Amino acid sequence: MGEKDLFDDANFLRELVLDHYKYPHNHGLVAGDGYISKHMASDSCIDDITVQLDVQDEVIRDVRFDGVACAISTASTSMMGDLLIGKTIAEAKKIIDEYFKMIENKEYDADMLEEAVAFKNVYKQANRIKCATIGWNAMNELLEKKEDEK
Amino acid sequence: MYDVEKIRQDFPMITNHPELIYFDNGATTYKPKKVIDAVNSFYTDFTSNVERGDYETAIKADKAYDHTREVIGRLINCDSREVAFFSNITSALNQVVYGLSKLFKKGDTVLLTQAEHASNLLPWFRLKEEQGINIAYIPLDKQGRIDLSDFEKCIDETVKAVSVAYVTNVLGSVQPLKEMISICQKHGILSVVDAAQAIGHRKVDVKDLGCDFLCFSSHKMCGPDGAGVMYGRYELIKDMPPLLLGGGMNARFNNDGTIIYKDAPQRFEAGTPNIEGVIGLSAAAEYLMDIGLDSIHEHELKLRAYLLDKMLKLDNIEIYNPDDISGPLTFNVKDVFAQDAAGYLAVNNVCVRSGNHCAKILHNIIGTDQSIRASLYLYNTEAEADRFAELVSKIDLNSAVGIFF
Ligand SMILES: Cc1ncc(COP(=O)(O)O)c(C=O)c1O
Repeated sequence: MGEKDLFDDANFLRELVLDHYKYPHNHGLVAGDGYISKHMASDSCIDDITVQLDVQDEVIRDVRFDGVACAISTASTSMMGDLLIGKTIAEAKKIIDEYFKMIENKEYDADMLEEAVAFKNVYKQANRIKCATIGWNAMNELLEKKEDEK
Repeated sequence: MYDVEKIRQDFPMITNHPELIYFDNGATTYKPKKVIDAVNSFYTDFTSNVERGDYETAIKADKAYDHTREVIGRLINCDSREVAFFSNITSALNQVVYGLSKLFKKGDTVLLTQAEHASNLLPWFRLKEEQGINIAYIPLDKQGRIDLSDFEKCIDETVKAVSVAYVTNVLGSVQPLKEMISICQKHGILSVVDAAQAIGHRKVDVKDLGCDFLCFSSHKMCGPDGAGVMYGRYELIKDMPPLLLGGGMNARFNNDGTIIYKDAPQRFEAGTPNIEGVIGLSAAAEYLMDIGLDSIHEHELKLRAYLLDKMLKLDNIEIYNPDDISGPLTFNVKDVFAQDAAGYLAVNNVCVRSGNHCAKILHNIIGTDQSIRASLYLYNTEAEADRFAELVSKIDLNSAVGIFF
């Protein structure tokens, strides 16, 4: 199977999500000078996570996260870090836009989202959208903060 | 003879949605047709404001509204003038705390527990901040229960009030209220009862309990949203200051700023009340009393024992309150985050609540932040319990995440 087909394969995508949940990437907060953080917790959702971002010269150098969260929010935030590290702020914002289009069941560019297409069906369960977006919303706020600093 | 199938026919949510298993009764309850009809009749038959009408329909509305005080008086065994209406138990408890705040001095203590709902904690937290009262927590065992001898040890001369849930919302622990209140009475300590999870599930008798205040919400006992009750012993509420000021609660006011309040309970009901809600509440109370609160309680106990028995056979879950005989069943599926497990149940048409259930400091006691709560009521059945346990047995990380693919 080519990569494209794999991303259409339900079993493969589920394994991917489980893997990111059990062994999240970019997990654990760091106490570094360059990092800014955003804590996200809402009453309607049990998830309680903190996302950190380090940007240097317009490029995302690192993303970290930690907290108490369900499989969907953990895996989606884990994948987000993989996608965004090394990107410029402008590229990152484009990817985040595409991700939200997918979550809202609109036309989106699957190539840009790579593994994160695993969440393409989340729109069918309205009560879980917040899980799939909590980390991404935190990142949006952090990027805006970076933009405002300029 | 308790006929659950007949009872189910009274609930349009059940007849319209036979596919759903509703085990989230701790959050809110379905409404019988009788309640919906009562609310409708107010809007289709005698719409008007209350306490100010000179015409036929207004008098009818007035009567229906005030009649609820008598019905609630029968439900909890008190005088109708001891029943004041609020928008929910939260606003009723805020009134209780505000009313009592005048009796508290700096350094006085209120006894609470860590299993209380936010609405029985935060108003007291504010009193601590604004008036320097002490807050002390009565110790709880691993299942959230109060031991009487521990309770007695908490009492000293600074304790002015005790405010606890009759049945707690996360674990369903039933507190030994009657015994606790009799200890309070010996020491001249005021007692406030949060009966949100007890009302409509068992007989609640304020005279028998001996409590000074007892509050509850209509929506958790088959009544409409937006209505709640404060019961207060009349000697205590007759001069109690109202939290809200405005129309409907004053007898007179002058341009020099003096206000003369109405007598209790009207003095607590500022503004146009939730008339439909209060009218629906009396229909709900009558509905439950007609079936019989002891029968409802017995049905719930039997069903809970039945469900617990099924659940204890599953090895993929941990139950936090297996020794309790009433209240919700609170559990987690091993290695599956509560929300993921609830998500699996949701796609299979089962309604349960996952999370920390507005009792955010309880995790210190049971050692977990998140749990799933299955809470039963008069219309739930053994067939539902069977299907529920069957579904729970299928939950693991694979199936919980599998719902997205
Ligand atoms: C024990 C307890 N107290 C208070 C409340 C608050 O009820 P309401 O939201 O109707 O004011 C609840 C609701 O869950 C509860 O379970």
